Amino acid sequence: MAESTTLGKALNRALHDALAEDPSVVVYGEDVGPLGGVFRVTDGLTAEFGEDRCFDSPLAESGIVGTAVGMAMYGLRPVVEMQFDAFGLPAFEQVVSHVAKMRNRTRGRLELPMVIRVPYGGGIGGVEHHSDSSEAYYTHTPGLRVVTPATPSDGYSLLREAIGSPDPVVFLEPKRRYWAAEETALPVRTEPMDRAVVRRAGRDATLIAYGPMTATALEAADAAAGEGLSVEVVDLRTLSPFDDATVAASVRRTGRAVVVHEASAFGGYGAEVAARLTEQCFHHLEAPVLRVCGLDVPYPPPKLEEYHLPGVDRILDAFDRLQWEREWTSTGPAEVRG
Amino acid sequence: MKPSRTAHATAQAPPLPSAEPIALVDRTGRRTGQSALAGPDQDVLTELLRGMVVGRRFDRQAGALARQGRLAVYPSSRGQEACQVGAALALGGRDWLFPTYRDSVALVTRGVDPVEVLTLLRGNWHSGYDPHRHRCAPQCTPLATSAPHAVGLAWAARRAGEEAAALVLMGDGATSEGDAHEAFNFAAVWRAPVVFLVQNNQWAISVPVHKQSAAPTLAHKAVGYGMPGLHVDGNDAAAVYAAVGGALQAARAGAGPALIEARTYRMDPHTNSDDPGRYRDPADDRYWAERDPVDRLEALLRAEGAVDDAAMERFAAEGERLAARVRERMAAEDDLSPGDLFEHVYASVPEHLRRQREDLSAAFGED
Repeated sequence: MAESTTLGKALNRALHDALAEDPSVVVYGEDVGPLGGVFRVTDGLTAEFGEDRCFDSPLAESGIVGTAVGMAMYGLRPVVEMQFDAFGLPAFEQVVSHVAKMRNRTRGRLELPMVIRVPYGGGIGGVEHHSDSSEAYYTHTPGLRVVTPATPSDGYSLLREAIGSPDPVVFLEPKRRYWAAEETALPVRTEPMDRAVVRRAGRDATLIAYGPMTATALEAADAAAGEGLSVEVVDLRTLSPFDDATVAASVRRTGRAVVVHEASAFGGYGAEVAARLTEQCFHHLEAPVLRVCGLDVPYPPPKLEEYHLPGVDRILDAFDRLQWEREWTSTGPAEVRG
Repeated sequence: MKPSRTAHATAQAPPLPSAEPIALVDRTGRRTGQSALAGPDQDVLTELLRGMVVGRRFDRQAGALARQGRLAVYPSSRGQEACQVGAALALGGRDWLFPTYRDSVALVTRGVDPVEVLTLLRGNWHSGYDPHRHRCAPQCTPLATSAPHAVGLAWAARRAGEEAAALVLMGDGATSEGDAHEAFNFAAVWRAPVVFLVQNNQWAISVPVHKQSAAPTLAHKAVGYGMPGLHVDGNDAAAVYAAVGGALQAARAGAGPALIEARTYRMDPHTNSDDPGRYRDPADDRYWAERDPVDRLEALLRAEGAVDDAAMERFAAEGERLAARVRERMAAEDDLSPGDLFEHVYASVPEHLRRQREDLSAAFGED
């Protein structure tokens, strides 16, 4: 029966069900044991499954990821937590040099079925180093699957699929959406992991978002509809490997595209999306692919983060810049496209 | 929830390692008579000598292949045979070895196909052997980064009820890395069955060990983590074998991890492209040549009548046969396919890699 579930609770349930179904799953990290994690995503797991299955480790991220590599080599399915995005950086060498490459280095003889959970992004009023968006560092690394849910049902389904995946998955959790609720009945299976989905159909432009920005994108599409513009919202869900087919099909239909993310624009994930769409949809494009991103500045202090984070207004401004042949008005999209 | 207890309220401090390395056989080939380590029997000592003679010949052959351009690079372990062979022979069949790029001789001693060992250095692939077959992780290049892997694997093995331990090979320079610290700490806290063997060969490329650490010995580092540290003569195969074997046995039995520093010397340059004349005193080479691990064990076993000229000739001949097989097989043309680059990035080839493979094949295809 459908009931209101938050993203945080859906993730907790996914970990719970994975632990219950597969004895090779272990969950560990900093404060994930009796405390249940600083965001309570592992709440109750130690009590139910014991210290052997869900436990606190020493406070050292490279050690956490590095030991998970060894456990996965032995045949376990470790799920480890980096407490906050920026605190995952000490593990970066392990992720890039070993997690991503072990299968390749050994020609498939060693595979690492492991999940690295990373609460990421801003918007929670966090002080320095608690609000970074580190997705581009991970997506630039072949061998990793980089997944980020936007809804509670996707949170459940994608995390279950990530834990079952034979490939290592960096699982980016939009921390500002942990408390966002949805009516859903768990357990639930949504679209497969490697698929992007159209969250809202539209005719005039495609708005591409993921993770924390998907909800913002849907709000922006609502606002745009009020102004007579029909916007299609694509939620990427998996950032790597990229679902070219779904995204390109949408952009070929609409002819215009905007990519939105919290991370800084320069060298960011949106640049890759824009480049791919230009390569694949050039003759369908009526305007350059635009990006609405965080500023190219270090993540601001909490009282200034609203200037950094993309919001509905900045997305609507981007729609204005999509080189329409006429002004679009509330009289509808037919006039808009001329 | 259990009441909190501070670590130092419960832990018993391990004894300090000795300032002088423990040796069972001195540099002239005489038994030292010390009792800190249980000396291996004569059959084991003979096996250690045989392994070192064969391993040294392999090492020399690999160096020659590097000079001929058949290997991209070769980091020699000449002078460190007591560590390479002593450690590898101390491993049990179910134990795991985590070697670095300088530990090819240990892998060959473990029984891995020498040509598969050289795959990395030949430049054909990043690792050539099946890690599960001999329970050997791929040779690790980023220093100390495989140490936490060993801890995680050993923890998992113990959890599964398997009587197995993991042996990490690392150098003096690697002990400065953060991952060494994290691995030592995780291993000790988790009481994981892991043995860390630090081959202190005095040099991290051109940087001497006194610029790496101010610790009295590298073995002293163990004490702060709450695990035993042992300081042994790394040119004494008997001592290395006894120390590593004892620590592995204790680890398998649930005693937790140990750190062993084996004091040795890298007789050759860092690799064939290094020039130690820029940073080392040739007098050091002479000092260590007088402490050669092969010479000293041969002297002992000859004096005790366990080996003679015929035995030494057999060992040498075995080394020659190995070198000849390696030469012959390394002379064969490479069988490389660029299409392989797209395999094993993920469990299955994703769409974008399929396209790149097609593009590459079109650009470099049969035409």
